Amino acid sequence: MALIEKIPASKLIGKFPGGKILLTTSENILKWGRASSLWPMTFGLACCAIEMIAAGASRFDIDRFGAGVFRASPRQCDVMIVAGTICVKMGDCMQRLYAQMPEPKYVMAMGNCAISGGIFYHDTYSVVKGTESLGIPVDVYIPGCPPRPENLFFGLMKLQEKIRKEKNARE
Amino acid sequence: MQENEMLQLLKGRFGQITQEEATKAAVVPKALLLDVADFLKNQELAFDDLHCITAIDRVERIELVYIFYSIEKRHTLTIKVYLAPDDLKIESLAGLWRSADWFEREIYDLFGVYFLNHPDLRRILNPYDWDAHPLRKDFSDPDFIKKPQY
Repeated sequence: MALIEKIPASKLIGKFPGGKILLTTSENILKWGRASSLWPMTFGLACCAIEMIAAGASRFDIDRFGAGVFRASPRQCDVMIVAGTICVKMGDCMQRLYAQMPEPKYVMAMGNCAISGGIFYHDTYSVVKGTESLGIPVDVYIPGCPPRPENLFFGLMKLQEKIRKEKNARE
Repeated sequence: MQENEMLQLLKGRFGQITQEEATKAAVVPKALLLDVADFLKNQELAFDDLHCITAIDRVERIELVYIFYSIEKRHTLTIKVYLAPDDLKIESLAGLWRSADWFEREIYDLFGVYFLNHPDLRRILNPYDWDAHPLRKDFSDPDFIKKPQY
């Protein structure tokens, strides 16, 4: 396989015949760069965080997708992986953290609790019924209780695909 | 010391203490709580550890359950206090055992029992601006979705 085909965004890049020059649009290269270095926020809320940690460690290694640089500050993040149950008190913090993230920003709802409240949907007074009910837009939903690291990677790849298909990436 | 021996001792000292049939816990009248607690801590029973305080909503009353443990004598005792739902005020034990501070805040948060002379009676788990007490049987909230009965 030629080197060019191994690049995830190879279809976006045209090869100059016989030469060593790659032709592409600046928008494509921007989207390719953006999708290939998603820095997630360290935001584990419950047991899904354990799977996220496993995904970050050497056995599964989220760094293969360029998303291994977990930042402790929302100001350095591109993607918020909502890993776990959102309590009412944490909901306020989450809205603030999301507002503090610089554009472009993406949100992945990992696990049933972050999607809809999950097993805490009924008969609970302190659990927020999903990330969207806080007014935070979600790009990728990853179902599971908790999802395995492979599921997280699949969601991450879907997010990368979404970023690569974005219109008006420079705006 | 066995629990029934302790109960006899308490009954001898304070006449109004009774025993609950099902749990064998000592039921202490609300007005006597501070005296009983002082006796438990500073006299021969030497309960130096207030292990746990919890509450049960029985609708007709709210029961407070205190579990004591003595590290020195290695015995344990459970006492209960019944509160009428229209008078949920009781003396705090935070002056005797420091551990009572947060237990009582939790019960205030979840059941709405008001502890008199507590050093810092704020909610501990739920948002400060709530006014409901979620573990009461009559709790209701627009976001509280009951599980459907099949």
